[in-house]
Amino acid sequence: MSVANRPVHRPLSPHLQVYRPQLTSVLSILHRATGIALSVGALYLALWVMFAASSPATYAGFQSFNTSILGRILLGGWLFSAFYHLCNGIRHLFWDAGYGFEIKDAYRSGWIVVAVSLIATLASWIVGLRLV
Amino acid sequence: MNGDLRTPLSRARGLGSAKQGVHHWWAQRITAIALLPLVVWFAISLVMMSGAEYEVVRAWLGAPVVMVLLILTIAVGLHHAQLGIQVVIEDYVHSDGWKLALIVLVRFIAVSFGLAAIVAILSIGFGG
Repeated sequence: MSVANRPVHRPLSPHLQVYRPQLTSVLSILHRATGIALSVGALYLALWVMFAASSPATYAGFQSFNTSILGRILLGGWLFSAFYHLCNGIRHLFWDAGYGFEIKDAYRSGWIVVAVSLIATLASWIVGLRLV
Repeated sequence: MNGDLRTPLSRARGLGSAKQGVHHWWAQRITAIALLPLVVWFAISLVMMSGAEYEVVRAWLGAPVVMVLLILTIAVGLHHAQLGIQVVIEDYVHSDGWKLALIVLVRFIAVSFGLAAIVAILSIGFGG
């Protein structure tokens, strides 16, 4: 292979290892991460109704996993993912419509998404676990 | 001269290099909008149902309104998930063969789980 034809293995942009994290980039990555998590969660939701359609004993086994520590972490994570992906999805729809591209607006909408999804998750946990 | 490199026929068809135009993009947005009320309803229901017994869960699942909303949530949710995962695969899998195989596999999984969930919901509602 001639020198001119040899593939050049240059590092690819955007050089995540040297790139200072910003709210906008972190939230963008989080949108994709929560989307992947929710895809698995959607399959788990399908499993839930399949277990509900089976015998009480089978369902009890499934429920005992849900109320275990690991189950609570998974369900809590999916709940947060749902609220975050929903709120940030609305942010994306506004961008699709051409609004909110100014840096100041992108940061403000970003912080609103963080606040709303955290509050909604916390409120769900308090109500769901009957803590009040 | 029309000022760009596309032929008049290609412009008229408007399907671009992927040969399906903006269909994927639109489907992702439309399912997203449909999911906004569905997910809010489902999240509230789930929180209210947290820790509920088998009989309570089945009575809830078997109510006609719940059956319709839950089937919509699962079907539209899995469709939206499949579209999103497809983009992730297209971004990170660079071998054409693997890319196609994974996209098809994800679609098979989404359709199978969706159908199984719908049958389960209907059997609870109608089976007694």
